Amino acid sequence: MNHQLSPDEKREALWQGKLSPKDPQGNPLPFQSPEAEKKYKERVLRVRTAIEMEKLPDRVPVTVFPSMFPWKYAGMTVQEAMYDYERCAAAFKKFILDFDPDLQWGAYAPGPGKFFEILDYKLYSWPGHGVAPEHCYQCNEGEYMKPEEYDALIQDPTGYFIHVYLPRVFGALGGFPMLPFFPGILEMYGLALTFIPFGLPPVQATFQALFEAGAEALKWVTPIGGVDVELATLGYPTLLGGFTKAPFDVIGDTLRGTKGIMVDIYRRPEKLLKAMEVLTPLMIQMGVNSAQATGNPLIFIPLHKGADGFLSDEHFRKFYWPTLKEVILGLIEGGCVPLPAAEGGYSSRLEVVKDLPRGKTVWMIDLTDMADVKKTLGQNACLLGNVPSALLNLGTPEEVKEYVRRIIEVAGKDGGLIVANGSFFDEARPENVKAMIEAAKEYGVY
Amino acid sequence: MSEGLVNAIADMREEEAIQMVRDMLAKGAKPMAILDAARQAMDIIGQRYEKGIYFLPELMLAGEMMGQIAEILKPKLAESPEVRRLGKVLMGTVKGDIHDIGKNIVCFMLDANGFEVLDLGVDVPPQKFVEALRDFQPQVVGLSGFLTLAFESMKETVDAIKAAGLRGQVKIMIGGGQVNEQVSQYVGADAYGRDAVSGVSLAKKWVGVQ
Repeated sequence: MNHQLSPDEKREALWQGKLSPKDPQGNPLPFQSPEAEKKYKERVLRVRTAIEMEKLPDRVPVTVFPSMFPWKYAGMTVQEAMYDYERCAAAFKKFILDFDPDLQWGAYAPGPGKFFEILDYKLYSWPGHGVAPEHCYQCNEGEYMKPEEYDALIQDPTGYFIHVYLPRVFGALGGFPMLPFFPGILEMYGLALTFIPFGLPPVQATFQALFEAGAEALKWVTPIGGVDVELATLGYPTLLGGFTKAPFDVIGDTLRGTKGIMVDIYRRPEKLLKAMEVLTPLMIQMGVNSAQATGNPLIFIPLHKGADGFLSDEHFRKFYWPTLKEVILGLIEGGCVPLPAAEGGYSSRLEVVKDLPRGKTVWMIDLTDMADVKKTLGQNACLLGNVPSALLNLGTPEEVKEYVRRIIEVAGKDGGLIVANGSFFDEARPENVKAMIEAAKEYGVY
Repeated sequence: MSEGLVNAIADMREEEAIQMVRDMLAKGAKPMAILDAARQAMDIIGQRYEKGIYFLPELMLAGEMMGQIAEILKPKLAESPEVRRLGKVLMGTVKGDIHDIGKNIVCFMLDANGFEVLDLGVDVPPQKFVEALRDFQPQVVGLSGFLTLAFESMKETVDAIKAAGLRGQVKIMIGGGQVNEQVSQYVGADAYGRDAVSGVSLAKKWVGVQ
């Protein structure tokens, strides 16, 4: 087989895989009823049709893409959801069955608490480790990469991550800086000298922690991944294949930090641009690999530091958008469906980002006016959103229904809309979340 | 000379600005005059931010330049300079939330606009706001929060201020993340600010400026 699949053929293969789902053993997925199978396939098609914008689906699809809401709804603390994997999975299943969305996104958000403990993860605070039991984990903003380290990152990003960055954000990976220089493993002569670090106690302790962390991750993913399979047999598909990031956010969120990257725009613009250029193919590869591994086409891209108010138009066009655009196009080339989430406001960016291949991306919209988005970006991209967290939290079901009716009116008449929350939320009135889903089903029929 | 410094800072020519400060000192310029020039530059930067010309890179670099200049001048300033202040604002990210980028920008802008700002930091419990309110005696309190959990924490904070009998003495503004008018009403604030610029206008309005 020398035939190289075209981007469209790769994407088609992923969609076909979704339509003839397999169980983890590779056998056809045993649906729990013929209705479940019918609903499952209808939902995959409904979402695909909305994304591709060539024709109208039977109705506007609707989904809930929450943060910790499913577990709060179950009466659990975030801490419980992070440490009791079985209950975490069961609560998520109940959430989907109770709310009946077209698309589910998996029970992966809480993550395994013990795993983070084993690795002594420092980048985030989580319940019991700097955050109250009932609250979501939060990032510890900081400068985890020093300004003088750009050259090391540019020359060898993987080496930089292994030897410098990862030991900084994981206390248990203190042996990594001692690891050999892998491209030096070339010939027999002197080879054993290169491997001496693996015999040293700090490196062995690091690997011991990695074994334990890996075992814990497996213990967690068995029930959590199992929910995806079980929900599929009940008629609820997931399409989420993984995530990647805009190169500007890779550096600005967790390497240099917000202040670091913002001053780098003035102090070392060439290094910043070069580093983003080097990271771009890696961010594409990250998304394409996970879509292939999971068989799910959607690759989530949370957008952070290019929102309204962060950068001038000139800086957005020069520093943020070129490499993000390259990532989006690279994902499309790799057969994926990129799902950038325009967190915060994006009004000032719409004219810049609007010219993408039609029907190939989904944009999650947060606080930007949906009518404005539809007229610009929404001409080429399917929109997902944008019921506000404040409304879901503090409004009434009637207000939520009215909001949904309006976004369908202004952004959904000719397809290309998936009704959903606009940003990730932990707290909400369940009846409001239900109202969002019911309203899309009621008002969204074409 | 000092006009050159004002422009160098305001136009984000960092290295040049710092060098000018050193040169001016070497030539016998008064530290207070240099500090005044730096303050003028901060005013200009604040105005450019309000006009949508400057954004986070400029505010953060301005903060860096101001810090360096203060560091250079500190040994030479006999006493801390007295400045006329428009009023006092107490700021903080509410309990449970550790996000501070937005709050820091608001603090910077309030300061640049002539307010005296006391920043309590992140994850601030309601009682700490109440205590600081008694000691610091601000006219305005700014509550910041990024996550949906902040809605409840903001409400608790406003309730604690009420319970302490201090609600009548201060105006309360909220901001950050998903905060809007609905949230403002729910938590019992006087208003919400969409961004740092609206936070500054609220504070100015409440202390009777403009």
